[in-house]
Amino acid sequence: MAHEVLDCRRLLCPMPVIRVQDRIAQLQPGDELQAVCTDPGVMQDIPAWCRINGHEVLEQKVEDDEYILTIRVQENT
Amino acid sequence: MQRKAVALISGGLDSLLAVRVMQEQGVYVEGINFFTGFCVEGHTHAIRKKDQKKPKRNNALWCAEQLGIKLHIIDIVEEYKDVVFNPQYGYGANLNPCLDCKIFMVKKAKEWMEAHDFDFIITGEVVGQRPKSQRKDTMPVVQKDSGIEDRLLRPLCAKNLPETLPEREGWVDREKLYDFSGRSRKPQMALAKEFGFEDYAQPAGGCCFLTDEQYSVKLQDLWKARGSKQYEMDDIMLLKVGRHIRPAPEYKLIISREEGEGKFLQGYRKQYPSLKTTSHPGPLCLIDGDFAEDQIEQAARIVARYSQGKNAPEVELEYRDTEGNIRPVKVAPLSPHELKKEWVV
Ligand code: SF4
Repeated sequence: MAHEVLDCRRLLCPMPVIRVQDRIAQLQPGDELQAVCTDPGVMQDIPAWCRINGHEVLEQKVEDDEYILTIRVQENT
Repeated sequence: MQRKAVALISGGLDSLLAVRVMQEQGVYVEGINFFTGFCVEGHTHAIRKKDQKKPKRNNALWCAEQLGIKLHIIDIVEEYKDVVFNPQYGYGANLNPCLDCKIFMVKKAKEWMEAHDFDFIITGEVVGQRPKSQRKDTMPVVQKDSGIEDRLLRPLCAKNLPETLPEREGWVDREKLYDFSGRSRKPQMALAKEFGFEDYAQPAGGCCFLTDEQYSVKLQDLWKARGSKQYEMDDIMLLKVGRHIRPAPEYKLIISREEGEGKFLQGYRKQYPSLKTTSHPGPLCLIDGDFAEDQIEQAARIVARYSQGKNAPEVELEYRDTEGNIRPVKVAPLSPHELKKEWVV
């Protein structure tokens, strides 16, 4: 199970969503991806994208003005 | 066999309805949303503090969730430049190349459709809704120039248009499609009600900043200053933020209007030299372009004018270069009559 960190700092929505989407397409079910972002919009947009595409958000938190989301990749249905 | 359609999702009501109409007919739909860099979605709300109480959402994602469809957001920023620079069919009222834009998007959707084994494309277009890109005579142009021909179905106005392949083949029932036309939004709103959609987005102008007059003026100014049509992602983002003042052809100032913008501009201090007042509360300013050392004072005087020290005899600022070297600057704020109207972009 891979655990990757994706740097989305300074990107504005929807760019972080696109980065996450494109990265997840390369990952395997069960892998985890942590997106580190600075646009607060990701707190809505990335979970919405995950719900639509069936991936699981394990954690979302704010640390020093950074918005960090951890996603577990699910089977592509 | 269940047929598959890919829908162009803008995030507005029309594409939402178009998809639902297809779903009602048993068609499997996935959505595509193109990110050109000019999309209205999000940014400015994220940037400007005063807007932050409004719930901020990406409408394309919201639509997809309402519809229960997958959404693919595709970054076309680089390729799209050519559409903005050289639109074959010209611009609309501002720098919006709507017809070329539609053709380009349908063409990209066609590539996606073929790569993913989908059968046809749908859009939420309505005849006569937009002055240029959604006219009865320009709709066939989109089909022809994009190469999609009759695999493009517009469920909301299909009955006003020639039969398409999905209708001919019986994949969808033409009788159950719609005949909306013109600028009235009433039929769409009625249909939304019928389907139980609430709280949908109704963008007033177009779907992007290129339809905005102020924005177009700033983009044109940028092209003029650079001597050719060009832009990078940072440029077009920064055009959405702050006051833009060009005291000389070679450089311009981007001055924050409130705290949220100031914070946003801070993130660009490694790319652009900046000025910030220190003796008084005031804005953050980025300097874009090539300027001479002796122009910094002029710039500082303008920035001081927008600080709380605007009436003080002297204001202190900090000039910071892109490496992070800081040096103090002391100036007398520009008086109102010295700030030339033509500098304001
Ligand atoms: S408003 Fe913008 S995104 Fe919409 S069709 Fe026109 S150019 Fe394209």
